[in-house]
Amino acid sequence: MVGWMKLTKGLIAGLLLTLLLTGCGANWGWYVVSPSTESGRSNLKFLIDGLGYTIALSICAIVISIVIGLLIALPGLAKGRAPRTMNRVYVECFRAIPILVLLLWVYYGLPVVLDIGITAFWAGVVALAISDSAFEAEIFRGGIQSISKGQIEAADSLGLSYYDKMRYVILPQAIRRILPPLGNQLVYMLKMSSLVSVIGLSELTRRANELVVTEYRPLEIYTILVLEYLILILIVSVGVRWLEKKMRADEQ
Amino acid sequence: MGNNGREPIIKIAGMGKSFGDFEALKNIHLTVHNGERVVVCGPSGSGKSTMIRCINRLEAHDAGTITVDNIELNQNTKNINAIRREVAMVFQQFNLFPHLTVVENLTLGPVRARKMNPADAEVLARKYLERVHIPEQAEKYPAQLSGGQQQRVAIARSLCMEPRIMLFDEPTSALDPEMISEVLDVMAELAEDGMTMVCVTHEMSFARKVADTMVFMDAGEIVETASPEQFFSAPESERTQMFLNQILQY
Repeated sequence: MVGWMKLTKGLIAGLLLTLLLTGCGANWGWYVVSPSTESGRSNLKFLIDGLGYTIALSICAIVISIVIGLLIALPGLAKGRAPRTMNRVYVECFRAIPILVLLLWVYYGLPVVLDIGITAFWAGVVALAISDSAFEAEIFRGGIQSISKGQIEAADSLGLSYYDKMRYVILPQAIRRILPPLGNQLVYMLKMSSLVSVIGLSELTRRANELVVTEYRPLEIYTILVLEYLILILIVSVGVRWLEKKMRADEQ
Repeated sequence: MGNNGREPIIKIAGMGKSFGDFEALKNIHLTVHNGERVVVCGPSGSGKSTMIRCINRLEAHDAGTITVDNIELNQNTKNINAIRREVAMVFQQFNLFPHLTVVENLTLGPVRARKMNPADAEVLARKYLERVHIPEQAEKYPAQLSGGQQQRVAIARSLCMEPRIMLFDEPTSALDPEMISEVLDVMAELAEDGMTMVCVTHEMSFARKVADTMVFMDAGEIVETASPEQFFSAPESERTQMFLNQILQY
């Protein structure tokens, strides 16, 4: 953990240093986001303000996708053919649709089908959540299946209901194995939230694009964008690692 | 066979079970009376475990009938749950819940399945830990205990459900030799207290001491059912004799 933190810090420091040094060269124009000028400050603020949407979008999508993912994973573990087929159809269909395509369909197509209005934000949440839930369903199914059959039999012979068996015996053990791949998925989802910029949600990527059009300084502005995602995702990674450690701690 | 007119509590009649093309159990007839101690033995793959796993529906039988305490075991989940409340199972691999402490392992069943309040369940748990002689391990996790201790916790966990019947599926087969007797001692004490037990085991000295009835199985069939005296001194079937010769050789 300590070594990993050091590595992260080193990585960020190295990146910043490179930027600063090269920034002194003639081809860079950091003035566009320089905190020392009025316009630089306002540009910087404009870029960073996109964080609100990116974070809100990701959190909504993650929470919903975890719930759907679990609801889809459980029938996949049932004995009957019908629930398993339902699980397969859902996973195979939504896993096959590119997120960008699903997003466009939800934003432009769904309102026509259902005769409703949908904002760019909610279209983004729905598309990301559905797409992600298909992957998460597989992660959950794998995690649950990795719990030994003996645990299920012990719970059954104690007469626990299906809900109690899942809630108190299987899921608490499965979650430890699910966390690493789930962390991966969260990072992936956070990155994919940048796609929602194409339907006009004013999140990080959209704002960078807009600023590039007016300032014509893509190198500096997209570098800031890279740093924004990098920092955001490192925070998520640290969070997931902390959770993993905490879960191991209460096992022993 | 020393039933002293006790009523039958488990009745298995014409029971069969197949896994695909493999016939694991054929035409099983067995009656266990209240308070009776039945020891089931036989070579590996003979269907002993499958038979007792059918009694609490960890395996579903596909021919014949099983009746426990006058409840017929079938697809009806209500019946299955009613039977599971009366029948507890101790496994070869203990199957303790590794993420829960010993006392949490013991209270989960009573609190969730029997709707007991948590404080009462804990009193119950400590009572049964006392009974299996490890009250001091209550706050530990299963991985911190020896195999013998883990199996005794598993027995206590079963007892917390206050079952009328206990099934043991080779409870000492996964244990180091020096830990076997601590588990057998606890089982013998249970037997003395009048618990109805069906026990699959290779521990023949335990069987001789505790069993009311010996059942010998081979190739998915019950070959012989006899009192221990008769079973060990004058077994009727040739297959039983061969089996006993093999395992009692040393």
